[in-house]
Amino acid sequence: MVEIRFHGRGGQGAVVASEILAAALFKEGYYCQTFPEFGVERRGAPVQAFLRFDKKPIVIRYKIYHPDHIIILDPVLLNQVNVTDGLKPNGTILINTNKEISYYSFPNYKVAVCDATQIALKYRLGTKTAPIVNTAMLGAFVRIHPFVSLDSVLESIKEYVEVKKEENILACREAYEKVRFES
Amino acid sequence: MKESLIFGKKKVVTGNHAVSYGVLLSRAEVIAAYPITPQTQIVELLSEFCASGLLKAKFIKVESEHSAMAACVGAAAAGCRTFTATSAHGLALMHEMLHWAVGGRLPIVLANVNRSMGPGWSVWTDQNDSLSQRDVGFVQFYCESNQEVLDTTIQAFKIAETCLIPVMLVLDAFVLSHTSEPVDIPYQEDVDQFLPPYKPKYFLDVNDPRAFGGLTSPDHYYEIRYKIEEAHRKALKVAEEVDNEFYQIFGRKYGLVEAYQCEDARLVLVTSGTITGTARQVIDEERSKGKRVGLLKIRLFRPSPIHLIKEILTKVEKVAVIDRNISFGHSGIFSQEIKSILYNEIRRPMIFDFVIGLGGRDVVPDDIREIIDFTYKADYPQEMVYFRGVRL
Repeated sequence: MVEIRFHGRGGQGAVVASEILAAALFKEGYYCQTFPEFGVERRGAPVQAFLRFDKKPIVIRYKIYHPDHIIILDPVLLNQVNVTDGLKPNGTILINTNKEISYYSFPNYKVAVCDATQIALKYRLGTKTAPIVNTAMLGAFVRIHPFVSLDSVLESIKEYVEVKKEENILACREAYEKVRFES
Repeated sequence: MKESLIFGKKKVVTGNHAVSYGVLLSRAEVIAAYPITPQTQIVELLSEFCASGLLKAKFIKVESEHSAMAACVGAAAAGCRTFTATSAHGLALMHEMLHWAVGGRLPIVLANVNRSMGPGWSVWTDQNDSLSQRDVGFVQFYCESNQEVLDTTIQAFKIAETCLIPVMLVLDAFVLSHTSEPVDIPYQEDVDQFLPPYKPKYFLDVNDPRAFGGLTSPDHYYEIRYKIEEAHRKALKVAEEVDNEFYQIFGRKYGLVEAYQCEDARLVLVTSGTITGTARQVIDEERSKGKRVGLLKIRLFRPSPIHLIKEILTKVEKVAVIDRNISFGHSGIFSQEIKSILYNEIRRPMIFDFVIGLGGRDVVPDDIREIIDFTYKADYPQEMVYFRGVRL
């Protein structure tokens, strides 16, 4: 079983990103389960979303405490939330940032960076002050960890994203190309 | 949304939307509801289905849950297939009208997303909201997965309409309501074959006037109550038949209870709702270590599947009931039920009760392992109820 935790802010699309990835995994034969942080979500507040998937049916119904990988949609959260809490050794930390990998120091973990904000702004996803970076971050993630093909993610975006489908697809593709990571 | 995008496909959907799809496929004719977290998404999606014309139902916006059930009572009395959804305080506010639905023999289906009662204010899950309505006379189903939620919604209409009693299906807040997982969404033709249109014998009709729910003298009230009890006994059989018939068409069945790894078990956990899933994994692990443990999932709470519970639990030495609810000053509610079912049996197990997970506190495998270990080691229950991990 693989478990992933998304860190974002209400409105950035962390929950939807987790659902899109779940749907893509499901298309490729995985069982999956995804849920938001159980509670009251507010725009701009730190939020989390969780995803677990496996080749076998998933029967467990409790929260994810030890994710294999984390995806951070807002780099400012690195200063506000203990994002690596419970992260398994060698797990990937994918950060939406314009910084280089070398800027970060996370011993025992692998860092990946992608400027999803710049990509989202380019395709006018969300607003200038609150760009929606979720689909770009998914493109970046499946490049690092090809549990599923980019095509399956793009198909799920078409299915689950209500507006600007084409722009979201382009953002996802571009992040797939531009993500930098330690191999 | 087009029909071709929905039906006959597996989709990754939340528990809430699984209810909405179930109601859509069941072709409900009247939906009356008031929004409340964590239920709101159920009726939100249904209102979209109604607005787009996909579901040809009258969606009645009301000013309270009491009015929601009142509208359902009226609609069902007029002969319509009727649905509402609520949670916690909404269900509590409906209380008076729940009695009306039962006494009026109206086959309304109600989805209740289990949310804890406040204060302390909470939107998270436990079962005290629905179990507080135990004695109104609704059938009650507790669901474990989103697929079971969708399937039970469809089954609920059939059971309600066959027995003329309302049915409540219950799903855990967030753990199911806001959790997405793959759900097989049936074809409309298959559901139509399973669930024909509701054609009641008696209904409100201006051309053939009747009175419903009038003053009932002591000469008649007792018999009317007896008939409701008869309907519940019938529902026990009907629920089983409906589950089998559902299996013939859709290939899935759940049973009224489910005995998991109970063959040769010495200790059986009794669970309901989503704790069941996590407990399954723990039971598998314990079995692989050679422990003779099993699990009894209670899916149908009312009418009580007494014969099935007796059949499983009279064969074991110890039972540990996991209650995500509490009747203050006594114990968890499921344990009371199990004890009353087994009391007159010559062979009966020791029954331990554990109240955990209130207010949405997460129930993890360690909780269940500890309960199993504790029950294994104890000779008999020294307390009426045990709490685990109280932080004072």
